[in-house]
Amino acid sequence: MNNYYLGVDLGSTTSKAVIINDQDQVIGRGITNTRANYSIAAEIAKDEAVYNARFSILKNNLGDKTLDSELYKNFIKDLESVFQYQQFKIRLDRLGDELVKTCNSYFKDTQTQELMMNHLRSIRRTFKPVIKHEYLFNNLGSKNQFFRDIVAEKYNEEVSKLESSLFEPLMTIWDKSISPAENQLVKFDFKELVHRALDELKIKYSGSIKTTTEDDAQSFDESTFVQYNQLIESLRSVIDEVSELEFHINNMTGTGYGRALLPFPEECIRSEILCHAFGAHAVFPDTRTVLDIGGQDTKAIQVDKFGLVTSFQMNDRCAAGCGRYLGYIADEMSISLNELGPMALQSQKDVTICSTCTVFAGAELRELTNLGEKKEDILGGLHKAIILRAMSLIARSGGVFNEFTFTGGVARNPAIVKYLTQLIYENYGKDIIINIHSDSIFMGALGGAMFARRNLISKIPDNKMEVAISDGN
Amino acid sequence: MASPHEAIKENSMILQKEMLGNLFKELANTKFSEKKVVYTFVPGNLTELILSFDMLPVYPEINALQSGMRKKSVEYIREAEKIGFSEDVCTYVKCDIGMMLKGNIGPTGESIPPPDLLLLSYTGCFTFMKWFENLEQLYPGVPIAMLHTPYQEDGFISQEQVNYMKKQLIEDVIPKMEMVSGKKFDINRLAEMMHKSAIAEDLLVNILETAKHKPSPIDAYFAGVYYIGPIFTAFRGTQEAVDYYKTLYEEVNERLRLGLGPITPEGELKKEKFRLVVEGPPNWTNFREFWKIFYDMGAVIVASSYTKVGGVYDLGFRHDPSQPLESLGKYCMGCYTNMNLPQRVDLLSKYVKEYSADGFLINSIKSCNSFSAGQLMIMREIEQKCGVPVGFIESDLVDPRYFSYANIKNRLESYFQMLDQRKMIIEQELVNHV
Repeated sequence: MNNYYLGVDLGSTTSKAVIINDQDQVIGRGITNTRANYSIAAEIAKDEAVYNARFSILKNNLGDKTLDSELYKNFIKDLESVFQYQQFKIRLDRLGDELVKTCNSYFKDTQTQELMMNHLRSIRRTFKPVIKHEYLFNNLGSKNQFFRDIVAEKYNEEVSKLESSLFEPLMTIWDKSISPAENQLVKFDFKELVHRALDELKIKYSGSIKTTTEDDAQSFDESTFVQYNQLIESLRSVIDEVSELEFHINNMTGTGYGRALLPFPEECIRSEILCHAFGAHAVFPDTRTVLDIGGQDTKAIQVDKFGLVTSFQMNDRCAAGCGRYLGYIADEMSISLNELGPMALQSQKDVTICSTCTVFAGAELRELTNLGEKKEDILGGLHKAIILRAMSLIARSGGVFNEFTFTGGVARNPAIVKYLTQLIYENYGKDIIINIHSDSIFMGALGGAMFARRNLISKIPDNKMEVAISDGN
Repeated sequence: MASPHEAIKENSMILQKEMLGNLFKELANTKFSEKKVVYTFVPGNLTELILSFDMLPVYPEINALQSGMRKKSVEYIREAEKIGFSEDVCTYVKCDIGMMLKGNIGPTGESIPPPDLLLLSYTGCFTFMKWFENLEQLYPGVPIAMLHTPYQEDGFISQEQVNYMKKQLIEDVIPKMEMVSGKKFDINRLAEMMHKSAIAEDLLVNILETAKHKPSPIDAYFAGVYYIGPIFTAFRGTQEAVDYYKTLYEEVNERLRLGLGPITPEGELKKEKFRLVVEGPPNWTNFREFWKIFYDMGAVIVASSYTKVGGVYDLGFRHDPSQPLESLGKYCMGCYTNMNLPQRVDLLSKYVKEYSADGFLINSIKSCNSFSAGQLMIMREIEQKCGVPVGFIESDLVDPRYFSYANIKNRLESYFQMLDQRKMIIEQELVNHV
């Protein structure tokens, strides 16, 4: 039997889970938005990681085929995406129930109730197929991947098309329903969902669904459809095998801001500073300095040759310059968080943002817009301001030695990476090696999982064991 | 709390509480006793000299920290900010000024008399000067004596500096004290007191050095602040102080003999897990909570710089009855915050080594320039010289708004886990080498 180890990083904005095997290889990653209920967030992240692990094992079992054949590659990608849609659909039904409940309790007279219910139905009718289509044809792209964000975007879109007098009541119903819906723990049956996904794919591959772009249409000629359908049939038994695989989590580590609230025994809880450092060091063993920019804090960490922390500095008293700062700026500019970085990359001119207070930065942004500065240039300045703050913490922690690894959710932002690289080279020399891994956001959870693998002595109490290792089957 | 050694421990605590209580009573009684009152500061204080004139000292920063511990500081700070003190000003100052504005009721609930003399005997902290300028306005016409204390810029105290201090004592401080007290300066009486100071100082050093043992019978920071109380304030040079330190030393020795750990507010610390050297003053508003984070993790502070603010006696200085004025001058210049940064690094490295510390931690207080200037450099130097993990946290003296429990706990937890891992790795390495 294979042994697996779990690391859960409960951050202020997102919760991440990573599953590794005996060789420290990552076989599953899961991420969700952190919500008021921390254990639900951890459970969801963990479940996602287990599903992801099953898909990795599937790919692994298929061996070279998935590496070499476009057909296999596309099919697995489709399957994962439609599998996610199956989860999404169930969550959407739960949200629907909450919306109905709120509507009936919030509006006292039956006439209003009926009116609002009709609107809710029509909103749902309009956006559900759109979302389904996006999942089926992998069009969700780089947009926010969490349930709440996907649904909120569509719901808002539909509500804004209605009369303005409906805005307030419909948004109130939304606000009162989304959190209870999100905080429900939904346990999915992997096998059942994966079969449903296969059925959906059969319909997709039958060519009866209209694609949105010509490219899609071109890639699906009749012979391709036949190939895909044959593939589904040939893989059913392999998929079943992976679905039924017993998933034994030997040990786990909880980390992140919410770590104390995780249903983990005390000895399985570890500081995120140590976990980020350990994860980064494991991936890049020559790392001696780690910068982690998360949702609410920035940490500059020095590690030794073992990956153990020798000193660290964190932002104190103020969280300006962290991930939430970018979220606030995105809101102020009415653009999505993922668009910020690419837009800032187009900056042509240095605009100095003096204030790194999040709230004041909003005011500064408006003032600079007023003065005629371009959005891209202002964003460039804001991104640089974040890095200048991080540079000061790096200096306080002792500077940059050997390899430098950047972790945390903010490492996904290309403009941040640009300014950081520039300033690290300027301050510590061009020969510094800068590492940014595509899994940078998972480094804390990865470090946690790696600690779990090395710390087998700690016993997991039975009742907690169940919470931790049940994977929905 | 019934075991005999804990009961003995409480004796020294009770003794100290009584001593302080009596002092505040005596201060409240000055309108009848007609004793003169001198406001002065802890670092470089001239307690023996003040007492030799039968005057009573008041230490504003002690009042502030006491108010902080008794949760009164927030109200006083608000009062000072109301009249224009900025958020960034040292919170000892604001707490003290606020207390005076609120009627100068001391921490024990008894009123503190206004000063008859403002004695600034240590100028290493620039804020002290500004503080007294403010007090001068609050108490117009009160005589002021100022002793300009040269900083140990070159890392030692020169004979010229000692002469300069002695000259100031003779020409300015002593005449003003004679004028205020109406008494003639009596050098023999001063020397007699200094003899007692030296005895108590020897005892204090012995007590603090018991922390070199494993396990340490004392916590040299959290409990240390109680231990230094009498000697750093109104009692140095008195028989009471000698008696107090004798009692305390006996208690600590007994704990040492029995191999016991330090006493925490929740009883004896059973297992010493980490030994730390701490730099910087503690936070007073959340003192117990702050301490608890440490003892819950089994962390014992084996040496600290804060317990040297009123004298680095373990480096050998003693008040010298054969040279009373010279030794007062040396004392003023010898307090911890008057040492230059390389001296501080040397002292702290010595502590890390001699007290076999597992780590070095700084509690940085931004508004306290005397301590916080240079702390990051100190931290890096210690890390390089001693090879121990270093930690850095931030809080405040007496402003509870700047004590963020969650943040401090998060950092300390990470720090303790760092130490834990290091210990494990070092132990493994040792096993591998055997």
